[in-house]
Amino acid sequence: MDVIELSWWQLALAAMMVVLLAACTVVMRLGMGRSLLVAALRTVIQLALVGLVLEALFAAERLVWVVLMALAMLLVAGREVMARQKRRLLGGWAFGIGTLSMFLSSFTVAVLTLTVVIGPEPWYRPQYAIPLLGMLLGNTMTGVALALDRLTDTAWRQRGVIENRLMLGEPWQVAIGGIRREAMRSGLMPMINAMAAAGVVSLPGMMTGQILAGTAPALAVKYQILIMFAITLGTGFGTLAAVSMGSRRLFDGRERLRLDRLAAPQG
Amino acid sequence: MASTCQPAGSRHCHFFSTRRGKALSEECLRLDRVAIGELAEVSLDVAPGEIVCLSGASGSGKSRLLRAVADLEPHGGEAWLGERAQSSLPGHVWRRCVMLVPAESHWWEETVGEHFPQEPEASELEALGLAPDALAWQVGRLSTGEKQRLGLLRAVSREPGALLLDEPTANLDDATSECVEAWLKARIHERGWPTLWVAHDRGQIARVAGRHRRIANGRLEEVDAAWT
Repeated sequence: MDVIELSWWQLALAAMMVVLLAACTVVMRLGMGRSLLVAALRTVIQLALVGLVLEALFAAERLVWVVLMALAMLLVAGREVMARQKRRLLGGWAFGIGTLSMFLSSFTVAVLTLTVVIGPEPWYRPQYAIPLLGMLLGNTMTGVALALDRLTDTAWRQRGVIENRLMLGEPWQVAIGGIRREAMRSGLMPMINAMAAAGVVSLPGMMTGQILAGTAPALAVKYQILIMFAITLGTGFGTLAAVSMGSRRLFDGRERLRLDRLAAPQG
Repeated sequence: MASTCQPAGSRHCHFFSTRRGKALSEECLRLDRVAIGELAEVSLDVAPGEIVCLSGASGSGKSRLLRAVADLEPHGGEAWLGERAQSSLPGHVWRRCVMLVPAESHWWEETVGEHFPQEPEASELEALGLAPDALAWQVGRLSTGEKQRLGLLRAVSREPGALLLDEPTANLDDATSECVEAWLKARIHERGWPTLWVAHDRGQIARVAGRHRRIANGRLEEVDAAWT
C-alpha cells in the first residue's frame, strides 16, 4: 500500500479554504485575518524549507550533517525555553541551564533509543534520528520551560519564607525543597497527562502519520509507545536536571538567596 | 537536620551546663568592620549575655546590618562568634548559631507545631501570653502579634549561640510587649547569648539595653545617657 501522492494544486485547494476562513474573520471583525494568513504563510515557508533540508540530509546520510542539524535544533529549543520564562536567571544562565539539561536528557535518550532499541543501519540514519530527536526536544522543551518558570516565579513570590528558613539555620536545599519539588512536578505533569490520555482522548500525531503512510496499526502502536516512553524519559530527566541546576543558581556559595540573579518580568 | 550549634559545641563552642540542664554560651559576638549598603565599617563587641540595642531612623540600615551579621546578604568585613569566623563556616551552620529573628515571621507548614524541632514547654507559651494549645493552631489564623511571639519562641527553641532581634515587639500592645521583653531578657541572661536588638521605643531600650548604639550618617554612634 503506497501513500497517495499530494500535488501542489491539491494543497492550493486547502489554502483557498484557509483564505475563505480569513475572509470570514475579517467580515466578523475578529481582527485576526492578517495574523491567520501570516501564520499560514509561515507554515508553508518553514515546512518547505525543512523539507529541503531533510531531503538533502537524507540524501547525504553523513553523521556530521545529522549532528549539525541536531545542534541547531537544540539551540533553537534553548532560546525558546529562555523566552518562555517570566523571571529568568540573568547572565546567560537561563539559556545555559535549559540547553544543557535538554542536551543531557534528549540527546542521551535519543542515542540510546537509536542504538539499543530501534537499531537502524547506520545508527544515525537521518530518517529515524531527526524526527525522534525533534519529538524529544519539543516535549522536553515544554517540560523544562514550565519547571524553570515555576521555580523562579515561586522562589520570588515566597522569598520571605525561604529567607526565614535560612535564618533558622536550614541548608539551602531544605529551605527551597518544597518549591523545588513543586517545580519538578509541574514539568512532569504534561507528559503524565499525555500518556494517560493517549489513544483514548487523542490519537498521537506520529501514530496517525504512520497509519496514513500505510504502516500496520499494530506496528504504529509499538512505535508510538516507544516514542511516548522516550519522551517521558527525556522530559523527566531534563526537568530534574534543569530544576536542580536552577535552584542551585538561586543561592550563592554562602547559601544566601540571590534573587538579584533573576530578571524583572517584562510588560 | 544534621548540623546544629549544639553537637558542634562539644568541639568548637564553649558551653557549660547550668542547673536547668541548658547550655550556657560563653562566646562573644564580634563585628569586625562589617560594611553593607550605606553603612561603613561597623565594629562592635557584644559580650555573652549582653544586650546591645540599635536604633536609628527607618532606612538607616539597622535591618540590613543584622542581615549582614547573619550572612544573608553580600557584605564587607567579618563577624566572629567566639573563635569562629563567619567565613570559616558554611552559611547555614553560621546562621544556626547566630540566629536572626525578623520583625515579620513566615510560616510554611500547616500547623504551628510542625515548625518546632521539639515542643517548647507549656510555661514558655504562657510566659509569652499564648494559649497552651497554640502549637496545634493552623498557621493561616495567626495574627501578626501571635506570629511575632511564636517566631521568637521558634528561634529560641533551636538553641542558637547568639541572637539578632529585629524589632521583636513591633506588632504587640504595651502589656504584651513588656511580657515578651522580660521573657527575652531572662532567656538571654540565662543562656548567655550575645544579643543585638533593634528597637525604636526609648522606654524599651532603657529597660533591656546594656549598651545603646544609634545608626546615623552611615555610622554607629554611642548613646550613653539614657540608661545611666
